[in-house]
Amino acid sequence: MRNWLYLHGRSFLRALHRLGEQPFGTLLSALVMGIALALPAGGYILLDNVASLARGVSGTPEISLFLDETPDVAAQTEDIQHKLKAEPAVASIRYVPRDEALRQLESNGLGDVLGGLAANPLPDAFVVTLRSDDPGVYDALTAKMRGWAGVTHVRLDSAWVKRLSALLELGRVVLLVLAVLLGLALVIVTFNTIRLQILTQTSEIEVSRLLGATNRFIRRPFYWFGSLQGILGGLIAVGAVWLGVVVLTEPVARVAETYGAVIALTGPNWQQSAAVVGFAAALGWLGAALSVRRHLRGA
Amino acid sequence: MIVFDNVVKHYPGGYTALDGVSLKIETGELVIISGHSGAGKSTLLKLIPAMERPSSGSVWLNDQDVSRLPRRAIPYLRRNIGLVLQENRLLFDRTIYDNILLPLIINGHPPGDAGRRVEAALDRVGLHGREREFPSGLSGGEQQRVAIARAFVNRPSILIADEPTAHLDPAYAAEIAELFNSFNSAGVTVLVVTHDVALFRHWSPRRLALAHGRLMEE
Ligand SMILES: Nc1ncnc2c1ncn2[C@@H]1O[C@H](COP(=O)(O)OP(=O)(O)O)[C@@H](O)[C@H]1O
Ligand SMILES: [Mg+2]
Repeated sequence: MRNWLYLHGRSFLRALHRLGEQPFGTLLSALVMGIALALPAGGYILLDNVASLARGVSGTPEISLFLDETPDVAAQTEDIQHKLKAEPAVASIRYVPRDEALRQLESNGLGDVLGGLAANPLPDAFVVTLRSDDPGVYDALTAKMRGWAGVTHVRLDSAWVKRLSALLELGRVVLLVLAVLLGLALVIVTFNTIRLQILTQTSEIEVSRLLGATNRFIRRPFYWFGSLQGILGGLIAVGAVWLGVVVLTEPVARVAETYGAVIALTGPNWQQSAAVVGFAAALGWLGAALSVRRHLRGA
Repeated sequence: MIVFDNVVKHYPGGYTALDGVSLKIETGELVIISGHSGAGKSTLLKLIPAMERPSSGSVWLNDQDVSRLPRRAIPYLRRNIGLVLQENRLLFDRTIYDNILLPLIINGHPPGDAGRRVEAALDRVGLHGREREFPSGLSGGEQQRVAIARAFVNRPSILIADEPTAHLDPAYAAEIAELFNSFNSAGVTVLVVTHDVALFRHWSPRRLALAHGRLMEE
């Protein structure tokens, strides 16, 4: 075990040394890898921000039932509440009387507009959330509610949320395809770097073999080299995304302000950063492994 | 013990480098091999660490059939054989110290012990205090001594040298011959290919001669 650590330590230092021998080439490859990774990583962070924004705005999708004005409000309200309670898909029921709805609008800064009206124009309402976000369940239930006596109008608050989440889903798929393609490019870049490394070290490899080095001993520094270059690229990618977030925070907040919203962009958290760096390291390792397999065959 | 059993070696292109060589070398022997250029001397040496494989016949090292050794076993065979080849094959981008250290790293020696062994080897070949220099700054004889230090630092039981004194001043050549004799005195089996048989005459080695791929005992 100690011996194993020692050998890995040696080849790690050896690989570090080789990276340091060509600082320009190393930096160039790492930059190429970093920029290529920053694209999907940045896109993912952007989607993440939009998604959390959407969640914050909508909460869970809601259904609003607006009620008829009848003389016997209390009985009707009770009847509908019963029916809602009997629905297994319903998670929560909130009754919003017309006065409360008005107060809410006023507190949202629409008091001036409403103050001009003689009477409260708003109906009483139930706001219902569901246990499931299956569109089929929604559609069936809203159709049923529309048939109930005393219900004038059923509104599904989730329509735009559904559209947005579909768009986000599409965005994720696009990013995934992009990440796979760019990941492939990174593997190819590493493959070629390692090929050149092997070419410049033929005499070292040959001598090592004559001195009794196993294939594993000879390959190990190249694996480390590929992984280290990947890690470097991953760190550059994370740095680039952070830089992007820092640069964009101001202008995005200003745009949001004109819509009366508050948007604070957040950068990748440490798990996401670690995932990017780990992914890059894995790609570097893969490129090195493929290259070594191809170029270091035989005795 | 090294045994060649009717070994034939054809190189691609049809040239027959060894033509039915049979030979037995006991552990601890000092053997000098000479012969004209192209006689097959280097080929004979290369068969022992499996750098080449015989076309027919077999080569045995102790109880191991080296000529049929699976590829993955070859590294472990070579760790027990010290090699000084015709071209010294030093790594010119590493210091003398690191060149000599390499076999110990390959063998997985603990660092402290490895360091002491390298120091001892440097002492032995008279290069103490020059470990931080690079091989390109050394004379041919000094480079050869680094190659010899690298060959024995791992304490192999067999030492094989292919014309180690070629291109050297007679004084250097005598020193190197002495070095090989001292390894032999310590129990190491030593095989040296050389044109300069006289260098070793004090120690009355066993002398073999190759001519056109055939072996003659002298
Ligand atoms: N790798 C090789 N491929 C083809 N022919 C070779 C090879 N190595 C050696 N030979 C030929 O085999 C013969 C013996 O070579 P070698 O064993 O090097 O002789 P020596 O060391 O006695 O000069 C020579 O004629 C040489 O040209
Ligand atoms: Mg020769």
